[in-house]
Amino acid sequence: MIRFEPSFFTERNRDIDEATLSVIAREVRKDILKMTSAVNSGHPGGAMSATDIIVTLYYYKMRHNPEDPKWEKRDRFVLSKGHVCPALYSVLARTGYFPFEKLNEFRRIDGDLQGHPDMRKTPGIEISTGSLGHGIGAAVGMALALKLDKSDSRVYCMIGDGEAQEGSVWEATMAASHYNLDNLCVILDNNNLQIDGPVDEIMSIYPMMEKWRAFGWHVIEINGHDFGEIKAALDEADTVKYKPTMIVAKTVKGKGVSFMENRAEWHGKALPPDLLREALKELGEIV
Amino acid sequence: MEKVSLRDAYGDTLVKLGEQDERIVVFDADLSGSTKTSKFAKAFPDRFFNMGIAETNMMNVAAGMAATGKIPFVSTFAIFGTGRAWEAVRQTICYPNLSVKIVCTHGGITVGEDGASHQALEDVANMRNIPNMRIIVPADDVETEQVIKAIAYTEGPFYVRLSREKFPRIFDKSYKFKLGKGIVLREGEDVTVVANGVMTSFALLAADILEREGISIEVIHMPTVKPIDVELLVESASKTGAVVTAEEHSIVGGLGSAVAEALVENYPVPVERLGIPDVFGRSGKGWELLHYFKLDEKGIIEKVKKVLERKR
Ligand SMILES: Cc1ncc(C[n+]2csc(CCOP(=O)(O)OP(=O)(O)O)c2C)c(N)n1
Ligand SMILES: [Mg+2]
Repeated sequence: MIRFEPSFFTERNRDIDEATLSVIAREVRKDILKMTSAVNSGHPGGAMSATDIIVTLYYYKMRHNPEDPKWEKRDRFVLSKGHVCPALYSVLARTGYFPFEKLNEFRRIDGDLQGHPDMRKTPGIEISTGSLGHGIGAAVGMALALKLDKSDSRVYCMIGDGEAQEGSVWEATMAASHYNLDNLCVILDNNNLQIDGPVDEIMSIYPMMEKWRAFGWHVIEINGHDFGEIKAALDEADTVKYKPTMIVAKTVKGKGVSFMENRAEWHGKALPPDLLREALKELGEIV
Repeated sequence: MEKVSLRDAYGDTLVKLGEQDERIVVFDADLSGSTKTSKFAKAFPDRFFNMGIAETNMMNVAAGMAATGKIPFVSTFAIFGTGRAWEAVRQTICYPNLSVKIVCTHGGITVGEDGASHQALEDVANMRNIPNMRIIVPADDVETEQVIKAIAYTEGPFYVRLSREKFPRIFDKSYKFKLGKGIVLREGEDVTVVANGVMTSFALLAADILEREGISIEVIHMPTVKPIDVELLVESASKTGAVVTAEEHSIVGGLGSAVAEALVENYPVPVERLGIPDVFGRSGKGWELLHYFKLDEKGIIEKVKKVLERKR
């Protein structure tokens, strides 16, 4: 397992190359599949589209301290699309927030790792989410509070493209630019799938770059599976003044396992044992 | 007892209604596969509207349809339909008393692994406090079918709470659902147990066990929480002199509250309420969680013994 000392994470923009990030992301994807299959429940598809971004945030960008989850100077990450928490739990375990074995508690009655993130049960979770469209508002609140405190900590938030159909997302979008929250960076996991089908067929949110621009945001479009582009977009967001940043990340639901890619059916269904074996093999696990 | 799917019964009944009546329209918010409105969507794509993950707007749009002569059924998970969209339900559906039928699945703790954020333990309470709203919590598939047919052609707003899990079948085809009426499933002398949803099957189980201990239980199934059947409650309480309520819902504001309120004003007897004790749920398997929170025959027996002590 690729391990870093907790002190590694306490400065931003760490020296970590794309090959290393991609090795970590592959391990995270395996964790996601194992965690969900172990309890035959959970949401692998959207966790795999989000993986590369979450890995880049925690290993490259964000200033944080796994040994001291409430460290005052930390940057915050809010997973507004809370259903994909296996990706986040895996990253929190691998960076040292809690023992790796705790991943076995996912969704179990005698465990603490809830089906959706619970800030009172899991170290490193900044706010409890699960009902879509709320986390981004909480991220606005954190960014506002940090401004009041004259803190230079930054707030990152990930939302889903289906989630962007909630009116509350747009209320938060309006508030963030109204208060000039340049310490807020939201990443849209644009995999173009929700539960019932493709986002543009169920309830189109397009054109959306134009929407966020019209709301006064700085908007960047990237390939959400290209670590170079993810890093560059996060770096660009640091330089923007008086505006929040929206990174529209084009992603693939189920990314990393060919038969899961771009398939709505793996949104909220775990792989059965035979398919799990096949998927892990594709991700390079020696079985 | 055979376990049956209430949500499948809902989806199948919607299709039957749709065949007979062009006015039936159906709304969902990206959960049609789970709520089973997908069956209607497949049969009548022109009268099915997927509103995306936007429950509040879905309620307002359904109200507009009702005001324009349609009979809308609206579905999503119980917590989003009665929580996220609460004020739209109040303002645009209940205040003008429009015929919008809100039928939600994934009520209660048996939502299971998704955990607290998705477990609707407050949905009945949320709907009960709005004027004009009527609430039904069916126990099985037979009853669900009858409830859906009944509310389609009864004026005004309804909330029907269905489950994710399959529940034991209680009724046979001869069963006749009557809006606003409870049903005595078993007569008894010592304590009345009032239940709905999955708890009705546990009440019957508890009554069997207690009978062997010489305690005689009257089991009332109370599908309509609002308006509650005061007459039947008073009649039964005046015979047994003690009441236990059992619901897969918070102890605050649901069936137990409705029964207690009715009895306190009309025929005060000791009442014990079984439900989730004003806490959030947690992840686990659906049936595991029922037992974890003592929402089972054991929990009912405990409450029966407690109420018997208070009766003396
Ligand atoms: C308010 C609300 N409504 C419905 C749901 C049920 N739900 C969970 S995930 C999901 C689809 C999310 O789609 P998207 O935001 O695109 O997520 P991703 O594709 O990244 O998994 C829905 C409808 C929810 N969690 N919250
Ligand atoms: Mg999506």
